Amino acid sequence: MYKYSEYDSTLVQERAQQFRDQVTRRLSGELTEDEFKPLRLQNGLYLQLHAYMLRVAIPYGLLSADQMRKLAHIARTYDRGYGHFTTRQNIQFNWPELEQVPAILDELAAVEMHAIQTSGNCIRNTTTDHLAGVARDELADPRPYCEMVRQWSTFHPEFAFLPRKFKIAFTGSADSDRAAIRLHDIGIQLVENENNELGFRIFVGGGMGRTPKVGKLVRDFLPRQHLISYLEAILRVYNQLGRRDNIYKARIKILVDALGVPEFSALVEKEWEEIRESSLQVTDAEIERMQAFFAPPAYETLPDSDAAVAAMQAEDTSLGQWARNNVVPHKQRGYNAVVLSLKSYASPSGDLSDNQMEAVADLSEQYGFGEIVVTHTQDLVLPDVRSDALEALFTALVDLDIATPNHNRLTDLICCPGLDFCNLANARSIPVAQEIRQRFDDIDYLDDLGEMSLKISGCINACGHHHVGTIGILGIDKRGEEAYQLMLGGSAGHDASLGKVLGQAFSREEIVPALEKALKTYIDLRESPEETFIETFRRVGEKPFREGVYGA
Amino acid sequence: MPIIRNRTIVEDDFRTLAAEDPITDGDIVISFDRFREEHEALAQRTGRLGVEVPNDIFAAEILDALKTVDLIAIDFPIYRDGRGFSTARLLRRGGFTGELRATGNVLRDQIAFMERCGFDAFQVAQGKSLEQALEGFKDFSVTYQDAISPRTSPRS
Repeated sequence: MYKYSEYDSTLVQERAQQFRDQVTRRLSGELTEDEFKPLRLQNGLYLQLHAYMLRVAIPYGLLSADQMRKLAHIARTYDRGYGHFTTRQNIQFNWPELEQVPAILDELAAVEMHAIQTSGNCIRNTTTDHLAGVARDELADPRPYCEMVRQWSTFHPEFAFLPRKFKIAFTGSADSDRAAIRLHDIGIQLVENENNELGFRIFVGGGMGRTPKVGKLVRDFLPRQHLISYLEAILRVYNQLGRRDNIYKARIKILVDALGVPEFSALVEKEWEEIRESSLQVTDAEIERMQAFFAPPAYETLPDSDAAVAAMQAEDTSLGQWARNNVVPHKQRGYNAVVLSLKSYASPSGDLSDNQMEAVADLSEQYGFGEIVVTHTQDLVLPDVRSDALEALFTALVDLDIATPNHNRLTDLICCPGLDFCNLANARSIPVAQEIRQRFDDIDYLDDLGEMSLKISGCINACGHHHVGTIGILGIDKRGEEAYQLMLGGSAGHDASLGKVLGQAFSREEIVPALEKALKTYIDLRESPEETFIETFRRVGEKPFREGVYGA
Repeated sequence: MPIIRNRTIVEDDFRTLAAEDPITDGDIVISFDRFREEHEALAQRTGRLGVEVPNDIFAAEILDALKTVDLIAIDFPIYRDGRGFSTARLLRRGGFTGELRATGNVLRDQIAFMERCGFDAFQVAQGKSLEQALEGFKDFSVTYQDAISPRTSPRS
């Protein structure tokens, strides 16, 4: 993984010192709360319902074992013994004291981490496929480019006060997009042109929130040396033209829609012409330097183990269930990527205790090369597990309660903090998620339902990504009561689509039974067990589902 | 009123005219509207000329007209509105070599970014200390991007 140079280290240390000074000035009254707010936000420090929340950046979701141990230490020392992994591959601490945040930043700097630009109207943490570097369907590893974008976007002097926040995501796979790139302000797919040269396909203007949009294709092929100049051109156009009169219309998706893709694209290309031959060009040497950081680890030469893993997956045991759902094929013979589910029945999606974090750090060294990846669906991945170690790893994960065999299953749901923690929410989301996990705890039934995603948001700001769940649940306020809309048909993949509200909202008591009816409708309508929920929905449309849920 | 120019606190040698002030000789700053309308008065005067532009104007709209003035002041009505950063960069890229001054809600915590985008003078927000604002240049010794000033981090 990327290793800090002295420049990177200096920068994060200087940032910690700068924030220490800003906190001092706030506590002394030199800075008003209004003046301090955007400064703390650019350092990932929010004020929530009960306390401050600190969001720490995990660039493209990749952590070393030592970094994970440091997060455990922070959770134990400065928080209430846990952290919350987010849908942007970051981690949040929910209970830090303002006075202690500078010390936390020092702790993070010591392990090459920071909270820079984890909030505020700036370029946020760049995200990517959690299987980057190991996926079988990968064309090329996107992480070297993610790191370039991280550096370019960190304290970019021109783009620190954009109209609104700005999120960039990469995928290196043509077959399946596990990074939801078309739901980002800029989505970048690594592609090859007809001359087998690597470049980028650029989508702009995706996003969720109250005006969900699927990103539009603005450039089919960008030669890789122009990555930074092209991004700079997009950001410059957005910084000048993006709306600033209404925060709900300030994202780039609104600008792209207002101008239309041809005009937006023409503006970007015109600006790009001015800067493409400048020092922003990325040299081959620079790309190679970055690629070296992400070179494959020292894999052993192992025999093919696909048949052995398949046999394990066929077992009618808890190990078999887990291996079927949570063990993912790997590009290196004899190895697997393993998904650690942070969606047990006991705690909110994405939560992990200090002790669990330390145990995961140990496991990443015992069963891999000391790397851990955070997924945008709020799980963890151990990317390099030998097939002959799967059973031992499973036993260890069961003891830690992170072996729930529900990857890509109904209860692999993501869920925002909701009204329990967030001052924007209209409704609670965590209790709904808990009830769903309890009601649907039969893994055979979940396997029968097959691949799907369930996403829950407590308000229209859509932190739980309800628009792109196969099934989405949206909490709303209905005459002072919490109510929930059921949405069907969303997808965050290369076939990205936005879910449709099925009908009238349900009460808190009604929503889970309504979900159950939707699932039953799918089972009744599918042409074969292989036809997934989304395929059935796209084939038959919403009408039969409306009848199944609301009665004919 | 003192300002910061080239990281030094100096007395402002320009006089910013209010809308009703007559255009005079000497070093003055006027609004872009007056610059466009009062050609006659401007043609007859001597002294340096500065023009203050609103933050929602595009660099391309003013560059030709203002390329030869001595000073362009870009207003930041609220510091969270970052359009002026791009305007400054584009004016510099277009060849403007005079003083580029940030006015309005100019604060210590943005001043180094402003400088990297091409500003060389800062009329710091009312009630804020210029000495404190100067500290803002010292926060970071490392930069990752080429802006008007080049990056300090290495490249291959």
